[in-house]
Amino acid sequence: MPVIFITDALIFLLLVMVTLYTWYSVRHEHMRVPWRQVGERPLAMASAVVLLFYIVIGLLDSMHFHPRLENPEEYGAKYSTEILSVLDVLTEKLRTKPEKTYSAPFATHAFSKEVISLPDGREVRDYPRLLHGGSHLANPEKDFAADVVLKTLSGIIFGVIVWFILSAFILLLLSRNRKQTFNATLQSVIKRQNRIPWHIILFTLGLLTILSTTVAWLVNYYHVLGTDKVGQDVLYQSLKSIRTGLLIGTLTTLIMLPFAIAMGIMAGYFRGWIDDVIQYIYTTLNSIPGVLLIAASILLLDVYMSNHADSFTSVEQRADMRLLFLCMILGIMSWTGLCRLLRGETMKLSEVDYVQSAKAFGVGHFTIMLRHILPNVMHIVMISIVIDFSSLVLAEAVLAYINIGVDPGMSSWGNMINSARLEMAREPIVWWSLGAAFVFMLALVLAANLFADAVRDAFDPRIRTMS
Amino acid sequence: MINYIIRRIFYAIPILIGVNIITFVLFFVVNTPDDMARMHLGMKHVTPEAVEKWKSDRGYDKPVIWNSNADGAGRMTDTIFFNKSIRLFVFDFGQSDHGRDIGYDISKRMWPSLAITVPSLLLGLLTYISFALMLAFFRATYIDIWGVVICVIMMSISSMFYIIGGQFLISKLLHLVPISGYDLGFEAIKFVALPVLVGLIGSIGSSTRWYRTIFLEEMNKDFVRTARAKGLSEKVVLFRHVLRNGLIPILTGVVVILPMLFIGSLITESFFAIPGLGSYTIDAIQSQDFAIVRSMVYLGAVLYIIGLILTDISYTIADPRIRLE
Repeated sequence: MPVIFITDALIFLLLVMVTLYTWYSVRHEHMRVPWRQVGERPLAMASAVVLLFYIVIGLLDSMHFHPRLENPEEYGAKYSTEILSVLDVLTEKLRTKPEKTYSAPFATHAFSKEVISLPDGREVRDYPRLLHGGSHLANPEKDFAADVVLKTLSGIIFGVIVWFILSAFILLLLSRNRKQTFNATLQSVIKRQNRIPWHIILFTLGLLTILSTTVAWLVNYYHVLGTDKVGQDVLYQSLKSIRTGLLIGTLTTLIMLPFAIAMGIMAGYFRGWIDDVIQYIYTTLNSIPGVLLIAASILLLDVYMSNHADSFTSVEQRADMRLLFLCMILGIMSWTGLCRLLRGETMKLSEVDYVQSAKAFGVGHFTIMLRHILPNVMHIVMISIVIDFSSLVLAEAVLAYINIGVDPGMSSWGNMINSARLEMAREPIVWWSLGAAFVFMLALVLAANLFADAVRDAFDPRIRTMS
Repeated sequence: MINYIIRRIFYAIPILIGVNIITFVLFFVVNTPDDMARMHLGMKHVTPEAVEKWKSDRGYDKPVIWNSNADGAGRMTDTIFFNKSIRLFVFDFGQSDHGRDIGYDISKRMWPSLAITVPSLLLGLLTYISFALMLAFFRATYIDIWGVVICVIMMSISSMFYIIGGQFLISKLLHLVPISGYDLGFEAIKFVALPVLVGLIGSIGSSTRWYRTIFLEEMNKDFVRTARAKGLSEKVVLFRHVLRNGLIPILTGVVVILPMLFIGSLITESFFAIPGLGSYTIDAIQSQDFAIVRSMVYLGAVLYIIGLILTDISYTIADPRIRLE
């Protein structure tokens, strides 16, 4: 039975909007040109593949449902109260194999010593074997290295096969599109004769495929990134955190966009008292220190939630509300920058001939703003969306540290860092939670930054004329 | 000029009133003092008497905006709005919910904050400008390209990792300075060095890249071409023309954050246990002391507006082409 959280609905709304936007851009030459320019940048395309990888995981994690119970008669209900996502089902091996507590990546033995009773009745203090990690090995000390190498190799081989199939499929589509033979397309890709760097795209895709199949192979036997304090797999947490990161980066922008566009264009177009009021609003909001406004609002949300505890049916729903609220607050704070840019640009545009003549023809204000001004400021909107994304993902980690980020029970990189931070003093040091959050965040933010650079270079007319 | 400044200061008043109303609505209307009291005293098993006592101890038992029981001016002044919000205008912060004098705390705690933020700012400017100038000098060579790539990678790393990594590497492995803490006098250097260094490295990526763009923009201008055409050496062009003109946007960008230096950095201070205003705010957020958070919101807004006014003034001083009317 499907469950739709508000954030799920919003993320699919966003997906629909992106699809519509793509459909529109493909049909309009002035939109196609800058996007083609983005497509010709090798780094940007490599980043796009990485981003797509994250987005697919995020979307899989946004489809929630109540799983069907295996024996309905026993409980008197058809569906379990537990809420799972499609990603949870795919990563069942990660989710359902908890250890007792910390264990290092690829560990076969626990992190701390325990009293173990031997078969002959004696009791010794030693590192016990893990429940799942490496439990298939009879003699871990001897077989471990060979086993890991063998499993990694088979994962890589499997990955290469998958990659070949994927690439062949892409090349087939490409050759269909170009009305070429498959061989000619393959040749042009290998000899790098295309304007779009397909060799880079396929290479990045290959790296990601091989990495994920190898990991997928190994997780059947080991905890690849170790386990955390309560014994949960760190890889599973990192994967679950992707949705949180993506949501904060995109929903915030989605929420603030209508305000920023409407206010910015109105202020620039009407001027006078409307401009004064809008300027007053954004200066006031800007002058409140951001972190404090978030803190104040989250404190109030906490009070509200504990007073209305009955209206939230599940923990997930509570966490979801908090995430949405956080996006809203971040949105309220971040629309001012875009609004100011749009106001300035609209002021310039409303002096331009075509807007003046539209006015002279008696075209209504609303139509002028919608048809003549909005399309001409869209590049600013586009640039600010992609640039804001990475800073929002980074902001989440900082907010989690002050306990004003997403719900502490929700997986997010910020929460992972925050809980791992306290374990730095341990000996030997527990580094893997921190390391996993670091790698997953860096890959996403770096890809987003590189992609944003290409988008900015392609869309900003000032830079376009400079080069 | 004087006229302009006076006008700007008057213009700040409605903004401060706006900030005040927003915080007032957030803290007293959306959630009533009763909610706050129950939150502090524990949600369950709290008697109405305890709630009333908590409120009257902190002056939250008065009517919100209008006191119909009092007479004359008291109708306006004997209310929460007057006592808690209007008084902020004269920087009378009152007492925190835990009974401490907020004004005194702020005056004590701003010094450790400044001890971190001022060296960070000065050293930071020096470093970022030198790096940016170097990249601009080697523009379109491998040094520039790789420099920018390193900048992008560095700005893609969360500031949390710089702090944790710095503490681990310098304090735990190398034992150069203590992990956290603070001391008075010259001993403070020991505790200040690491936060300053970490802050410096943390924003090296974004700042260097930004300053580099500023310098490159200046380099594309006509006066630089003229300077080159005159036969000036690249060094002279860079330092006398590009640097000095590029400094205008950089310095005016710095002026706006000057007043904010008093507040300090929330995360850094709390990680390194510096008893400044940043950790004061974090502590208040975590102990849910609404009075302190309210005061800090107001203080932050005032400092931001001062920053805006200073920026406008510094424009005229740095760039004689701009005149304020």
